[in-house]
Amino acid sequence: MKTTYREAVREAIREAMHRDERVFLMGEDVGHYGGCYAVSKGLLDEFGPERIRDTPLAESGFTGAGIGAALGGMRPIVEIMTVNFSFLALDQIVNNAATLLHMSGGAFNVPVVIRMATGGGRQVAAQHSRSLEGWYAHIPGLRIVTPATVEDARGMLWTALEDPDPVLIFEHVMLYNMEGELAEDAGPVPLEGAAVRRAGTDVSLITYGGSLWKVLEAADELASHGISAEVLDLRSLRPLDDEAILATVARTHRAVVVDEGWRTGGISAEITARIMEGAFYELDAPVVRVCGVEVPMPYPAHLERAALPQVADIVAAARGLVEGQGEGADAGPARGSAGGSRGDAP
Amino acid sequence: MTLPDAAHARALLRSMLLIRRFEERCAELYTQRKIHGFLHLYIGEEAVAAGSIAVLEPRDSVVATYREHGQALARGVPTDTVMAEMYGKQEGCARGRGGSMHVFDAETRFYGGNAIVAGGLPLAVGLALASRMQGEDRVTACFFGDGAVAEGEFHEAMNLAALWELPVLFCCENNLYAMGTALQIAQARTDLAARAAAYGMPAWTVDGMDVVAVEAATRRAVDAIRSGAGPHFLEFRTYRFRPHSMFDPELYRSREEVAEWKKRDPILLLERRMREAGMLDDAGMEALEREVAEEVEASVAFAEAGSWEPVEELTRFVYSERPGDPGEGEG
Amino acid sequence: MSRTYDMPALGAGMESGIVVEWHVEPGQAVKRGDVIGIVDTEKGAIDIEIWDDAEIAEILAPPGTEVPVGEPLLRLKVAGEDVDLDPREDEAPEVEPQEAPASQEAPAPEVAAADVVAPPQAPPSPAPRRRVSPLARRRAEALGVDPERVEGTGPGGAVTAADVEAAAGGDPSPPSPEPTPEPDPAPAPDPSPEPDRQAAMRRAIAAAMTRSKREIPHYYLSHTLSMESTLRRLEEVNRDRPPAERILVAALYIKAVAQGLEAFPELNGFWEDDAFRQADGIHPGLAISLRGGGLVAPALHDAPSRSLEELTSGIRDVVQRARAGRLRGSEVTDPTITVTSLGDRGVDTVFGVIHPPQVAIVGIGTVVERPWAEGGMVGSHRTVTLTLSADHRAGDGHRGSLFLARVAHLLHTGDEL
Repeated sequence: MKTTYREAVREAIREAMHRDERVFLMGEDVGHYGGCYAVSKGLLDEFGPERIRDTPLAESGFTGAGIGAALGGMRPIVEIMTVNFSFLALDQIVNNAATLLHMSGGAFNVPVVIRMATGGGRQVAAQHSRSLEGWYAHIPGLRIVTPATVEDARGMLWTALEDPDPVLIFEHVMLYNMEGELAEDAGPVPLEGAAVRRAGTDVSLITYGGSLWKVLEAADELASHGISAEVLDLRSLRPLDDEAILATVARTHRAVVVDEGWRTGGISAEITARIMEGAFYELDAPVVRVCGVEVPMPYPAHLERAALPQVADIVAAARGLVEGQGEGADAGPARGSAGGSRGDAP
Repeated sequence: MTLPDAAHARALLRSMLLIRRFEERCAELYTQRKIHGFLHLYIGEEAVAAGSIAVLEPRDSVVATYREHGQALARGVPTDTVMAEMYGKQEGCARGRGGSMHVFDAETRFYGGNAIVAGGLPLAVGLALASRMQGEDRVTACFFGDGAVAEGEFHEAMNLAALWELPVLFCCENNLYAMGTALQIAQARTDLAARAAAYGMPAWTVDGMDVVAVEAATRRAVDAIRSGAGPHFLEFRTYRFRPHSMFDPELYRSREEVAEWKKRDPILLLERRMREAGMLDDAGMEALEREVAEEVEASVAFAEAGSWEPVEELTRFVYSERPGDPGEGEG
Repeated sequence: MSRTYDMPALGAGMESGIVVEWHVEPGQAVKRGDVIGIVDTEKGAIDIEIWDDAEIAEILAPPGTEVPVGEPLLRLKVAGEDVDLDPREDEAPEVEPQEAPASQEAPAPEVAAADVVAPPQAPPSPAPRRRVSPLARRRAEALGVDPERVEGTGPGGAVTAADVEAAAGGDPSPPSPEPTPEPDPAPAPDPSPEPDRQAAMRRAIAAAMTRSKREIPHYYLSHTLSMESTLRRLEEVNRDRPPAERILVAALYIKAVAQGLEAFPELNGFWEDDAFRQADGIHPGLAISLRGGGLVAPALHDAPSRSLEELTSGIRDVVQRARAGRLRGSEVTDPTITVTSLGDRGVDTVFGVIHPPQVAIVGIGTVVERPWAEGGMVGSHRTVTLTLSADHRAGDGHRGSLFLARVAHLLHTGDEL
């Protein structure tokens, strides 16, 4: 069955609402407007305003209310329009959702699901193009998932709603229109565990979310250069699937980490560090990162394109690792791979 | 405000006295380094917790702040486990994970000690939303200070609760200072009830030093909320007699001001009225003091005898434990 | 009867306080909750209160004294107590972060501006460290290759695992559990190694041989024997066999060396960390020269227990794979002794250079027909000269000569045939 990512998420919500009467959706413009990205279009008519609940523009207020409702026995899905607005709700997510179970010595868990759009690529400039899921992955107590396929988009929401703890789902804005094949009997997808999306022997391309498709395209191109790339889709940024990361590095001995987020202090840094800690002696070359250039996202298309990892960057990084050919490792085979890359410092 | 019957009046007095003596003991234990971290005492404000929580039913929920020992004790969280929590012992009501600022208790639906000013308000809205959607007759009482009124989360929560007509009782404990910043320095409008009224919810100002008045106003509000009238806001005018926390030389207020407020000590006020009404004599007061002292001392003994959670359990409760879990957090 | 009143802890960060004034004097009675004095802290002056009904017995810290938290300020007389109580029993758990004991940072020495001297010059930077990937280092160690001398083809010229394997003449692919059967027994066309691989191998050999000659005190023995009867028997055995099944004379050599070692374990093993370590099995490495240059010596595992037929096919297999560049890593690293044979187109004697960390190499010269006296008769015999180069650190020439004589005896009698 062909479906778009958007429809897959909508189906997941619809299905959950039919399955469990404790589930409800709330957020800005989820009801009458049909969802900023049209994910919840039509659901208001089907479920009514109690369960498809429009909220005022009050991210902290309604996210906190979602956390409170979860404490009170409901299974809320809080939609924060985009990650950019979630900063207004950081207090509730970080100080409450992530801590209550621990602070209460296990007395109160918070089964809330918070969905938000993330990522750039739509020419909506600096305040609407961020990829800060890596920030949230820093916080113990949260689970961070980044479904990249229609199957995951549908199946992870299911699992997230069954999880006793707060789960943040990051949906890349460029994926909503993507079509994919979804099995009729597609079921829940675990929140943990990376997936090898393509097997290979020469280099591991490690990524997640919206970058997965660029990485797969890059792997195709690498094949035409005689380089066999393995593509690992992390799917969850917290917890990270260490085993899968170390296993792919042990197979190929080379890794390129691709992340739309910034390099400095980003999730790519964490992945790289774990490779260093757990697979140092498997490495046949330094780990290379292809990340977003460290600038607030510019508006013009050519600059935005230049600021985001592109297929050519990934290919160049991987070729630099595998073919070597005198590329100075100091300069880094690819943009953003090592010290002194653009935008790093004044 | 007329006094309730003798038994109930005594219960209110006992509730306040327990908070007072418990906290005095905490202050002492703090100086002896039995209790660590931040210790925010409620002394002077006891009438608010004792009077308002007396009205709540067991099915109701309470959300409080980091100055919440009073609410916890008034709500009936066992004195022993609150004291053990102060010590950080695993017999504490939050296994010692929270300490003074984070008292939690599932049994009494006590949703914590929240140490972020105004952080508990959206939670209370959510708890009320849940009870409404579940068709349960619960009131969520949410305590916060005057400082919270300046926070964005306060206004977001007011709006949501009023908009969705949720069963929340907002209990603003206006003790005139946000830590050391006086109300008039921090608020454009110092009449806090008027702020809530702007959201279209009933909002009253109450003498927070008079436990009988507190109880009466709360009863009126809770009855209205239960009848479906939506959220209510009570501004309790009160005063903390002791510094903001233990380490506070009180540079921001005068000794005279403190002395003036102490004349309206809520315990003395009720005690005097009960004596005047013939409900209480010296022997009765002594018996009450003895009873409370025994309870407090027993809680100290309980905490002293308690145990430290093994370090191996450090990462428990980062995520919920599932069957077969080794009890590990994500490493 | 008496107890102390100690400097109270008033905040998590408080380490000590200064007594500003006392509101009490000795002999004065105080009640629980009384403010008895003022203490100055970094946050300001704070009233301190007393926790007991008591009488002030003595002021231990007069105004102006700085007193650490928990140290006594006053002595009290407490009614109704007849034992001295120390209220400061420390029950802090081990895990509790103890308040730091007044960590006074050492005052920075004052330095006048004029005294400031320029920081010493940084030492001249050493030669840039060779870039060798962690995996390459690991492989190099396993293969006995000096990674510093391998040419790097990785990013920035770094030495990769493949470079190391090329230098060792091995196969860059990981060992498979089962040897892949060769579909074509005919010698594969020798793919001439890429020039850089060849150069890398040359350097690897250079490194190993230099180390050998620098570190190993070799001793040399030589012995010539008649192979006439043995070779005749071999010719008989091979006569009716198709070429692919004929036993190679090299198999005889390997077998004899391997069997000889059974009685001389001190020649079968490794010199490591200033000590000899006897090998677990007997795995002679057969030196194979590659057509493009260079050589490798893959192991023939467990040679003493293998038949001549098995050894023959093993030799054919490794020769072919060595020349195709497809040896397995373990074959290159496992030999416990090396056998080098010049075959039938060389000279009559070869003294080998020991491949470290092995302790011996047996050289076998070309079979030469020469006059040979035996049993009082002189005849024309095919002969071969065996040599032994051995590590004098691990053993002595006497044992070495007995070993070589044993090998010669085994070859001469040709009992295996």
